[in-house]
Amino acid sequence: MKWRTIFSSKTMGGDEEVKVFGMWASPYSRRVELALKLKGIPYEYIEEDLSNKSALLIKHNPVHQKIPVLVHNGKSIPESLVILEHIDETWRNNPILLSQDPYDRAMARFWAKFIDEKILSTTRKVSFTTGKEQEHAIEEVTEQLKLLENEVKGKAYFGGEGIGYVDIVANFLVFWFGNLQEALGINIFSQHKFPFIFEWIQKQLKIDMVDESRIPKDKHLTYIRTRLAAFKSASK
Amino acid sequence: MAGELVLLDFWPSPFGMRSRIALAEKGIPYEYREEDLRNKSDLLLQMNPVHKKIPVLIHNGKPVCESVIQVQYIDEVWHDKAPLIPSDPYQRAVARFWVDFIDKKIYELGSKIWKTKGEEQANAKKEFIECLKLLEGELGDKTYFGGESLGYVDVALVPFYSWFYAYEKCGDFSIEAECPKMIAWVKRCMQKESVAKSLPDQEKVYEFILQLKKVFGIE
Repeated sequence: MKWRTIFSSKTMGGDEEVKVFGMWASPYSRRVELALKLKGIPYEYIEEDLSNKSALLIKHNPVHQKIPVLVHNGKSIPESLVILEHIDETWRNNPILLSQDPYDRAMARFWAKFIDEKILSTTRKVSFTTGKEQEHAIEEVTEQLKLLENEVKGKAYFGGEGIGYVDIVANFLVFWFGNLQEALGINIFSQHKFPFIFEWIQKQLKIDMVDESRIPKDKHLTYIRTRLAAFKSASK
Repeated sequence: MAGELVLLDFWPSPFGMRSRIALAEKGIPYEYREEDLRNKSDLLLQMNPVHKKIPVLIHNGKPVCESVIQVQYIDEVWHDKAPLIPSDPYQRAVARFWVDFIDKKIYELGSKIWKTKGEEQANAKKEFIECLKLLEGELGDKTYFGGESLGYVDVALVPFYSWFYAYEKCGDFSIEAECPKMIAWVKRCMQKESVAKSLPDQEKVYEFILQLKKVFGIE
């Protein structure tokens, strides 16, 4: 278990204690860190070895025993989407992630849920299946990405004028997804097929905090390839 | 603020029941429209093109899809009556966590109980009871998950009670025997008109499940 303290240039009140239990290659963990960095909230980061979870992680998330977990002044909050809303409601400085308008909030929550329950879930199937099953999963995730493409068409950000909740949830498209498809040797996601999402990615990269939260590519490719190899040998 | 409110729903859906309860708790009038899921209406397909599922809440012509999103929307628009989501930020996060847990576990495990047999069913029953026990732990000594009044977690969970009899008959077990606190909580909820009127009769749900089993060729 490695400890790392991160302070951004815009530190907030010194009496708030924020810890994040995360894993560097997890898009769920990365999105929590991105939200904290964007809002300039200092936090202590604890890297978890998922093959050997720490007693502290299990204490803070006994139900699922998963990362990420946010511990705010000693109170544990698991589940990345729950964490993001908590961050936005607690620290009301810019960027405000969710609109105050109930309908806009409902739409943002809808797309976040869609990303997690459909796109990321189907992406797991693409990674961990073969043959016809994988082909089917690739078709499925392509259709799901098309729906997301349609949602960002004509918009600078999913949230409208500035980076928001859905942009942060969709952050996995900026680095993580491209690395994954390279490791898998497939080409689902290209500028040709998804011009609007790629345009959105270019805008995301212009945001310092997003660019700084880039996953080291070689390290990530090695990690994915190791996991895929382990899956292949386990399924023999 | 009230405007025109339509709920596209299907009577046995526990997800639809959540929105029915939320609207009833706040005394908000709406039009209930029953969908035939084998022959979905153009309106449903138009209002929920992504998932093509019920429930869909249509407020002044604009759709809100997904039951947990609907309940939050209803609570935010009609915030002055019977608040469901806690006002304390941490309690809000806790409530959202448990609703997420219910969504990830209860429906899927319950479905396995009536759809499968043998070892798969036995495992589903075991895990289902474990989940209910975790929820009992979260309830503790409170009257409702929301404290003294119905809250977000209560609204998200209580609809599944209408399926308990079907699960018990198909799985040959008693939920009350394993989780008496859960059933005691259910009975308190059922004393509320908003809940009692939103949930269908358990026997009717069981008959519906038996018909589904025939259609899917499940014994």
